[in-house]
Amino acid sequence: MKTQQQTTLSETPFVMGGKEFKSRFLLGTGKFKNKTDLAESILSSGTQIVTVALRRIDLERHEENILEYIPKETTLLVNTSGARNADEAVRIARLAKEAGYGNWIKIEVINDSKYLLPDNAETIKAAAMLSQEGFIVLPYMYPDLNVARELVKAGAVSIMPLGSLIGSNQGLKTKEFIQILINEIDLPIIVDAGVGRPSQACEAMEMGASAVLANTAVATAGNPATIAKAFARAIEAGRLAFLSKLPVEKNMANPSSPLTGFLFEQ
Amino acid sequence: MKIIMNGKIKSIKDKKNLKSLIAEFCRDSNHVIAELNNVIIKRDHWDKAELKSGDTLELINFVGGG
Repeated sequence: MKTQQQTTLSETPFVMGGKEFKSRFLLGTGKFKNKTDLAESILSSGTQIVTVALRRIDLERHEENILEYIPKETTLLVNTSGARNADEAVRIARLAKEAGYGNWIKIEVINDSKYLLPDNAETIKAAAMLSQEGFIVLPYMYPDLNVARELVKAGAVSIMPLGSLIGSNQGLKTKEFIQILINEIDLPIIVDAGVGRPSQACEAMEMGASAVLANTAVATAGNPATIAKAFARAIEAGRLAFLSKLPVEKNMANPSSPLTGFLFEQ
Repeated sequence: MKIIMNGKIKSIKDKKNLKSLIAEFCRDSNHVIAELNNVIIKRDHWDKAELKSGDTLELINFVGGG
């Protein structure tokens, strides 16, 4: 009982943009083979924030509306994917708001089609413009401390550094730089992009990230709903490990059992 | 008359308003967002927005994305 109490006491609520979340797992909704897999993944993981994108309607064929598969109480985080500069990101955000699904925006400005790396300079501009207009702004960025500081000044509610290339499943290639953001930035750090396995999400949380977003890793797994649950649990485990104040790594062996009182001692 | 709808040239009847056009092209207009000549047209103004030849119309909705 005492242990449980300590765990509860040391946990701080995950608050962002004026909302409090129980789950620290954000799920992207792209690339799912079918909408049922998506709906089941949302349910099994308990995620409370999902990302969606805006696109032209395909006038030639009827597509199922993705919003029908997302529970009403879920916070919809609309990304600005497709935007190549700040102005295009602002235009997409305004369209999203017009649709009446809140004002949470993941700023994603990309003009590099090979590596899909975010344009940090344009991202800062978009963050400032959209915050001024009253949007809740979560910028996706290449982990750079100076840029993160500018994003804080621009009014972001969270910083979303990439772990590795979008959709690559390579994990935390930028680990050292994400750690700097965690240490220095007084906003929730949400690791986004490239997280390919629950163990990598767990590691990000052990480092002190506030949350993790995954999409490709879930959508392209053999059983999306099961891996979504695994992500949620790994993120919880990583969070607990972080709160427990992890033990220090050492270069030398340090026995776990006492070095005295051996049975064979004379 | 002709308009550009989602990047493609479409022939439509004269004096058509946005509401009836969307009803014609979109089976489910619930989550449709309309932008006419770079200006967002609110849903309750769709019936008042009459299309003119050469207009550029974007019809947008939500899709899966990360």
